[in-house]
Amino acid sequence: MNPTSQHTPSQRPFPRREILLFGGLALVVLAVFASMGPAYATRMMVEAACYAILALGLTIQWGYAGQFNAGIMGFVALGGFSSTFFSIPVNHAFWASDLPGRLGWVLLAIVAAVALVFAVSRIDRLGVPRWLRTLVTVLVALVAYLVVISWLRSVTGDIESQVDFIGGLGLPVWLGWIVGGVLAGGIGYLIGHICLGLRSDYLVIATLGIAEIIKAFLKNSDWLTRGTATISPLPWPVPDPGEVGFVTARALYFCVTAVLIAAIFFLLHRAYHAPWGRMIRAIRDNEVSAAAMGKSINRRRQEIFVFGCILMGLGGAVLTSFTGIFDPQGYLPLNHTFLVLVMVILGGPGNNLGTLFGAVLVYVIWIMSGPLALALMHLVTALGGDWFGWQPGNLDSRALQARVFVIGLLILMVLRFAPRGMIPERIAQHD
Amino acid sequence: MNELIYFFNYVVVAGSVTGCIYAMGAIGVTLIYSILRFAHFAHADMMTLGAFVVLLLTLAFPHAGDSLGLPTAIVMLPLAMIFTSLVAVGIDRVFYQPLRAHGVKPIVMVIASLGVTLMLQGLIRLFSGTGAESLYVEARKAIFRIELPGVTRPIIITEPQVILFVVTLVAVIGLHLFLTRARLGKAMRAMSDNPDLARASGINTKLIITLTWVIAGSLATLAGTLLSLDVAFKPDLSFFLLLPIFAAAIVGGVGHPYGAIAGGFLVGFAETLAVFNWSVLLRPLRDSLPSWLELPNNLALVGTEYKIVVPFFILIAVLVWRPTGLFKGKVI
Repeated sequence: MNPTSQHTPSQRPFPRREILLFGGLALVVLAVFASMGPAYATRMMVEAACYAILALGLTIQWGYAGQFNAGIMGFVALGGFSSTFFSIPVNHAFWASDLPGRLGWVLLAIVAAVALVFAVSRIDRLGVPRWLRTLVTVLVALVAYLVVISWLRSVTGDIESQVDFIGGLGLPVWLGWIVGGVLAGGIGYLIGHICLGLRSDYLVIATLGIAEIIKAFLKNSDWLTRGTATISPLPWPVPDPGEVGFVTARALYFCVTAVLIAAIFFLLHRAYHAPWGRMIRAIRDNEVSAAAMGKSINRRRQEIFVFGCILMGLGGAVLTSFTGIFDPQGYLPLNHTFLVLVMVILGGPGNNLGTLFGAVLVYVIWIMSGPLALALMHLVTALGGDWFGWQPGNLDSRALQARVFVIGLLILMVLRFAPRGMIPERIAQHD
Repeated sequence: MNELIYFFNYVVVAGSVTGCIYAMGAIGVTLIYSILRFAHFAHADMMTLGAFVVLLLTLAFPHAGDSLGLPTAIVMLPLAMIFTSLVAVGIDRVFYQPLRAHGVKPIVMVIASLGVTLMLQGLIRLFSGTGAESLYVEARKAIFRIELPGVTRPIIITEPQVILFVVTLVAVIGLHLFLTRARLGKAMRAMSDNPDLARASGINTKLIITLTWVIAGSLATLAGTLLSLDVAFKPDLSFFLLLPIFAAAIVGGVGHPYGAIAGGFLVGFAETLAVFNWSVLLRPLRDSLPSWLELPNNLALVGTEYKIVVPFFILIAVLVWRPTGLFKGKVI
């Protein structure tokens, strides 16, 4: 390796800020341990760790490259589905019937339909006028779609009525985690391919939309996911609480997530300081001059977007496995998109350590704010009832809504007063 | 003939209603975009806010509209429009203005508008709960049935739908006259074309920005209220509106008010046509069809639960094939 590139800024300041902040965070976590008991606190820590993976995914996209992804929820749900599908036991009733064969035929028909439409869209090479080609393609696509979808509906209807749902694969959980990341990356590739060359707002709209579509699909495909009936329990990669007790099992799970985070963190650190990372930041900071230097802007953007999505899928898979229940309706934009956004912009976009800090801090606050909001709400209603005769119903759900307001306000405050986060990205100075 | 009436009721009327709502929303988005250069994601929540204010006013004075023969909610509209406009201007002053002064990237403004979205949603749900409520307080929705000779099925149209068509027409014509005739409207167009040049030629850009928020807030209130009047007020209304509105604005070409209207109707009709069950229309032909071709009972393109796919698909299609929109919007 070239020795001159080894030289790090020698006058690197002592990381006092980081140590102070992480020390404070450790105190907060210890206080939670002391007040809520170890079972609760370990659960919180595992979930915070899962969120940290999501936040690292977003910090790549937003912090490194300045792309904003508003559809984290969709990638989380996709990862969650993958880990569920791979890990839950095989549904023997399904595999013993003729339904897998029929489902397979329909899938083949889908592939054939896609191929047919693609072939028809190329007939202008044979001398057919372009307008006629477009017309024929649209018609063929419409008919093929209607035929295939009616076959699919009949098969899925039979699956639902005869065997409930198709069940899982009964494979180890970690396989589902990996596939979840790959699936999320694949969707990210498609979205990125369409939107990354355009204005940055379009990416936000498109990711917002794809997240809702993924959720709608998972919620309504009862044959695949049991929809609103939910799937539980989900197996863990470590001994589950029934065997070794809550605290030990959760601590073991935490070790798994910690190893994952350490690996991701190490890789990200290397990538950030590698020439590749410098190129990404150059593109973020000045797109025009990066392009003038011969960097392929859209290629790099595509890469970074897909990497971020992979991490989100992985984090979602780990989180869903830990929750132990796959409930498509449980994926909410607030919990799985905006909370992660707050973690990243509060911690420090583009700074992995800051993101980690933000993830744990925000998650602890988020979890503890539930009871706090309830107590506050009871106080307010008591006062409001005395003074104005205001008697709102379903207090608890309203108190939780108050947190939505606080998250929104927090985003705006951070953007205005601390746009670089609590542990800002360190800009290396080269003289 | 019955089938055609059915088609008229479930596609033409329903599609026009959705189209009007989306068009009014998309005009607001596109105006804000052309003046302030960012995608304002809190727009759908401003619609909800406007409808919510109307709901509160209607609850407070349920019989205010009786003397005029209009639903009370309509009578309360001007007040709610003023209130929502003030809120919109206030939000701009408190949250967007400082960010603009810092010269942040547009994407940061987008994130800020997402923060505003959450704040508005939280506030509305905190006070209204999460259930649906009708804007007809102590009143009944008038339904007009128009019988045609020779058919059993009547054309059905409701009072809010008629009001919606009238209001949309008035709003669009008013906006057109304002943008083309009024001094301020021309100044607004100048600023959307070139902000620096507009400022240099003595246009009060601050006033224009305020005016933009007032127009956008008023239109949002109109659309939100009329939609809630037709269906019901729901705090998560915005959720189903955001994607179609943005799809409409982009289809029409961002920064292009007339394009936004066209885009709104396009998206509205596309949604309605996609969830419409076409086998109803084909039923009369069933006897004359060859025997090998059996019509399935459900011939809708997408199920109602996948309605959101339609605007998304339109959005993607436009972004792939014509990113400037159908009417050549300003920027891609």
